[in-house]
Amino acid sequence: MPVTSGSTWDLLVEALGPVALGAVAGTIPLALVSFAVGLVIALGVALMRLSRRGWLSGLARAYVSVVRGTPLLVQLFVIFYGLPSVGILVDPWPSAVIAFSINVGGYAAEVIRAAILSVPKGQWEAAYMIGMSRRLALRRVILPQAARVSVPPLSNTFISLVKDTSLASLILVTELFRRAQEVAAFSQEFMAVYLEAAVVYWIICLGLSAVQSRLEKRLDRHVAH
Amino acid sequence: MSPTDPLEPPRPADGVGAVGQGVPLLTVRGLRKTFGANEVLRSVDLTVGRGQVLALIGQSGSGKTTVLRCLNGLEVGDAGTIGIVGTEHAVSIDLAAAPSRAGLASLRDRSAMVFQHYNLFPHMTVLENVLEGPVVVQRRPVAEATAEALAMLERVGLADKRDAYPFELSGGQQQRVGIVRALALRPDLLLFDEPTSALDPELVGDVLALIKELADEGWTMVVVTHELHFAREVADEVAFVDGGVIVEHGPPEQVLRAPREERTRQFLHRLLRPF
Repeated sequence: MPVTSGSTWDLLVEALGPVALGAVAGTIPLALVSFAVGLVIALGVALMRLSRRGWLSGLARAYVSVVRGTPLLVQLFVIFYGLPSVGILVDPWPSAVIAFSINVGGYAAEVIRAAILSVPKGQWEAAYMIGMSRRLALRRVILPQAARVSVPPLSNTFISLVKDTSLASLILVTELFRRAQEVAAFSQEFMAVYLEAAVVYWIICLGLSAVQSRLEKRLDRHVAH
Repeated sequence: MSPTDPLEPPRPADGVGAVGQGVPLLTVRGLRKTFGANEVLRSVDLTVGRGQVLALIGQSGSGKTTVLRCLNGLEVGDAGTIGIVGTEHAVSIDLAAAPSRAGLASLRDRSAMVFQHYNLFPHMTVLENVLEGPVVVQRRPVAEATAEALAMLERVGLADKRDAYPFELSGGQQQRVGIVRALALRPDLLLFDEPTSALDPELVGDVLALIKELADEGWTMVVVTHELHFAREVADEVAFVDGGVIVEHGPPEQVLRAPREERTRQFLHRLLRPF
């Protein structure tokens, strides 16, 4: 990027290109992939946590405890800077996806567990009564109802994740914030460029909130208001 | 009606129970159940003949609902035997011998339950609620199961509600859907757990009338109820449950009008003269 001699406004317009590119090629795919993988982990952990086998639920409890009890930045550094010292080299992108997925897995597991527990016992009984196995009852009866309850808290988790992906800039992933840092360092216009980055994050989250409320309306169509 | 008509109760298998009524369909012997230190069922014996209606009466906490739930495998008894006999899918399980999951499932397959609080699936339409058992669980052909389901909904006056969600229905309508959902499983035995206790008083009549119709058609049922008039009119036999045992059983006229046991008398007295 050339050194700009024009106004701050010109700089912002010029910076918008790389910052938006960082969002589209970095932040957004990183958040989407990590969230998807994280949800799969979370469902597994939630089901383990609800298992009648003590060791399974203990394992799940330990996982959630470690994830929630340690900083995300430390988790990222352990994977990217720590693992190479035991001979495991992971590239920036996969490191970020692994760390964020594990993190989402821990938080969302508690959300999903609570949502499953919120489905009335009578629903399990009706499912068993018509001959369903536990697995089929979960898939056809319980999880669809739990999904409705978990949309608002999972949306919060996702929005937090989008913002947390900025930490990936510290392990060399070229996402939105790293692009902004590059522009800022080059132009020395820290205030303007970082505020611009903040606005782009905000716009992404506004979009997500809109998606959330549409999803909630859709899932609420068969309950009384 | 054709022999496979879902509105008709199942017929005895060839050569079995040709005399019809009086041939046992359900036999329970020595059923016991404890929850922790609480002995809910101490030793329950029951026999229900094909096409007969047994009403279980008793106060809350007497164990009557637990009996019903054991019959459907929602609770697993600690000891005793439960058998559904005289049908082509006869099953008998010995609870003391730690029955396999498959054994319990086969028992559950022969009966269907109607719940006090309906327990319809709120995320499914009326028709989907009814089809979930026959199509998703029993894997019967969709077209055939749908035709049956619609005929049954028509009969209970809910054909126009097929695409409604449960929250759009009154309690009485929901319970009729609950009954159709149970019938759609083609069970040998229908279990009703206080089917009208959650209904507004003006909606009770329709649901009881439907259950009476089914009884008149020859369905075999066990009904846990507080509706003594209904028990008198519909049941072939009434059993009074108290403290986890069947204190007294017999024809409704005898148990409800001339009970032999003091405990039965006290219960009826309290129920009929609450003030």
